[in-house]
Amino acid sequence: MNRRDFLVRASTLALGGLLPAGCAIAPKTGPSGGSTAGQTVVLIELNGGNDGLNTVVPYADPKYYELRPKLAVAKTDVLRLNDTLGFNPALKALQPVWDKGELAVVLGTGYPQPNRSHFRSIEIWDTGSNSDEFADEGWLARYFALRRLSRPSAAADGVVFGRPYVGPMLGTNARVIVLDDPATFARQAKQVQMPGGVGANPALQHVMRVQAEAKAAGADIEKNLARMNLKTEFPRSGIGGQMRNAARLVASGLDIPVIKVSQGGFDNHSFQRATHDRLLREVAESMTAFRLAMIESGMWDRVLIMTYSEFGRRPAENRSEGTDHGTAAPHFIMAPRIKGGFHGRQPALDDLADGDLKHTVDFRSVYATVLNRWWGVASAPVLGRAHAEIGFLA
Amino acid sequence: MPFHPLSWACLVLLAGVLAPVAAPAMPAADAKHFLLRTGFGAGPDDIAALEKLTHEQAVRRVLDTARQEPFTKLPDLLATRPDWPGQYRNKDDLEKQEFNRTRDREAAALKAWWYGEMIATPSPFTERMVMFWHNHFTSSFDKVRQPDLIYTQQAIFRRNAFGSFRTMLMAVAKDPAMIKYLDNVSNKKGGANENFARELFELFTLGEGNYTEKDIKEAARAFTGWQVNETAGAYFFNARDHDDGAKTVFGRTGKFGGEDIVNIVLDQPKVALYVTAKLWRSLISDTPDPKEVERLASIFRASDYNIRALVEAMLLSPAFLAPANRAVLVKSPVDLLVGTIRMLNMPVSDTAPLVDYGRRLQQDILNPPNVKGWPGGINWVSTYTLIQRRDILGRFLRGEEVNVAAPTGLEAMMAMQAAVDPVMTNRPPAPLRQFGVAGWMKMNPQLAGNPQAISNILLATAPVATVFDGRDPSVMIERILLDPAYQMK
Repeated sequence: MNRRDFLVRASTLALGGLLPAGCAIAPKTGPSGGSTAGQTVVLIELNGGNDGLNTVVPYADPKYYELRPKLAVAKTDVLRLNDTLGFNPALKALQPVWDKGELAVVLGTGYPQPNRSHFRSIEIWDTGSNSDEFADEGWLARYFALRRLSRPSAAADGVVFGRPYVGPMLGTNARVIVLDDPATFARQAKQVQMPGGVGANPALQHVMRVQAEAKAAGADIEKNLARMNLKTEFPRSGIGGQMRNAARLVASGLDIPVIKVSQGGFDNHSFQRATHDRLLREVAESMTAFRLAMIESGMWDRVLIMTYSEFGRRPAENRSEGTDHGTAAPHFIMAPRIKGGFHGRQPALDDLADGDLKHTVDFRSVYATVLNRWWGVASAPVLGRAHAEIGFLA
Repeated sequence: MPFHPLSWACLVLLAGVLAPVAAPAMPAADAKHFLLRTGFGAGPDDIAALEKLTHEQAVRRVLDTARQEPFTKLPDLLATRPDWPGQYRNKDDLEKQEFNRTRDREAAALKAWWYGEMIATPSPFTERMVMFWHNHFTSSFDKVRQPDLIYTQQAIFRRNAFGSFRTMLMAVAKDPAMIKYLDNVSNKKGGANENFARELFELFTLGEGNYTEKDIKEAARAFTGWQVNETAGAYFFNARDHDDGAKTVFGRTGKFGGEDIVNIVLDQPKVALYVTAKLWRSLISDTPDPKEVERLASIFRASDYNIRALVEAMLLSPAFLAPANRAVLVKSPVDLLVGTIRMLNMPVSDTAPLVDYGRRLQQDILNPPNVKGWPGGINWVSTYTLIQRRDILGRFLRGEEVNVAAPTGLEAMMAMQAAVDPVMTNRPPAPLRQFGVAGWMKMNPQLAGNPQAISNILLATAPVATVFDGRDPSVMIERILLDPAYQMK
């Protein structure tokens, strides 16, 4: 089957009555079509606060080894990327992509007056607000509202795999499909009709009906995705499964601007090292597999992957071989037409604020770059103010 | 009293109650139900404590220990009154802007404080009733614009939450926030404003259809001149604006003042029925049983509107514990937020985000959408708010240490724990690292490896979509919180 056949088949499958009325589907014309339509961003949320210093390791800085007597990645283990920085070996899978120049690492990403509460800080990241502002809508929900003016035909604004939280896509009019556990959904749908029991509780029935409504489109998508075969193997981890679904969704040709997946477990206050390495490895391997699947389906030039997390962690390890909530951290962006390598500046370990890293790049600069360069929309109206771009996209 | 065979039956029953045979203590399921309806839900400790009591003892205790004053310290801003609005008109735009911003900040602080109070109070039933009365005698900050007056009004609800409805109604009629909210400031002799009189009958006492337009017109005249002294922030009777002519309301004629109207309306038998049915919707179910409402209303009326008497009778009525009425109410946003924090014993150092969450879930406390209050019931849950509810619950479960701001090393965490303490005083100080779900599990070792037991505590009814597959407790708790049954109380 050639790519063209694949696309035709994919959109037929996808059209099988799966979308709410009014959501027409715009099959893509293919990468050479020249249109910037259908540029998808795959967000990988690292729940709990990823430890940046053990992700991209400042191996040449003796201060790092002083701060991390037990947790540090040994100099000899680091996958060196330049004279000062290198990957945790758990990120080995990313090395070839880095070498190809398709991976950018934005160093020291954070924001002023950092908040160290999980839920407040992720809210700041999700809404793109200042530390002392409370915003109603996610930054992507605001983008969707603008986007719809010029592209009313998108299948859905966003799809969420994994933990069922829409995060940056939260907004009154955002059409977001949450695909948590399809088996669960089927079971619920059955119980809605069940006489007695739940049936005798009209209010609970209402809640279930609403939940079913919210998921109906999702169940259909899920069904169709299961039929879409990609040869690329994905790691058998939670995030691997989510990225596999994301790959099928993009390969199906549906015009969906944002797909969000998540990897939990980064909040490691004790005995961090083994857990953290495993989480990183799963993320790295899933990202790489996703890229290969995109190449396989001819969609790689339409996709950008980026990671985010509520905060990094304290440079100094704590007394239980873990790390506490911190501030800035590096984030990854993987895409075909990208300026690979490091962007921004690694925060200095001998110039801490209150024991924490000083951020060197505002996270909204990452958003601004993606909005301006990947989607080609002016970022200021979406983010509420202008932010400097970072040069990872031309 | 004429002798009647039924009285014998009553005596026999009474003898049964008085006999030294111990009444059975509450099963855990009843205790949980009781705590969900008279509070915001509770953790294993509170459920266990209640299991030692009979249902009747539990009812007495919750009412005997109900607070009339807040448990936590009020925000300082309420100590002084702004120079509102005497000078307001004379100020320039910039000053006005600054003035309004200050009021907005005060309102936000007051809302955050109330969330803190609901989380910390040992008397959650009081706060639930304060919310009930706030939703009954609505006033909104958006219209009143003076947070200190909004608080003064709330203090009326707290003081009289289980007291006399007559006293409360009279106080509300003279409450500066209410006078402003329902435009009684412009209710003057020769130019009556009927807003307050209309809502007094329609929403506060009788319900639609139980009064005439003429009753409203005449009653409005009785409230003319009921105004606010802006300097004192207090009720003020302006005799010059008062219409002291004769009025005819509900068939009675006289030179009535506002107090007379309050007393006259309370002579209408429908009042007790209306208030009882509304309270039923808050404590029992969305579908009041007319016969029981009649019985309870007669108790309410016979006690001259003693709210405690009504609440007590309602909690002791068979309908309260009836299986058909379990888990049939949708949690309000406040129930969901405060309840989750209380049930999982989450330490909260900053309640400001809760205000924002509540607003997103369409319950902006102290700012009801209109004079009818929040529509409530199943209206709380739409596709949008359900996704939001799940998102916010997810945030609560985010880390090992839930919602702890700035844990910077051991010392800082200990210091913070101490700072949080006043808010959590009725609980033992949690040892370090016993935060969040992991901490909750550590405090309740009996629940380890028993997802069914966790579900029994956290859910008002059996889960409809949770698979118990022996995953680690934090995963199980997340599933339970995302189960549609978690939306119910």
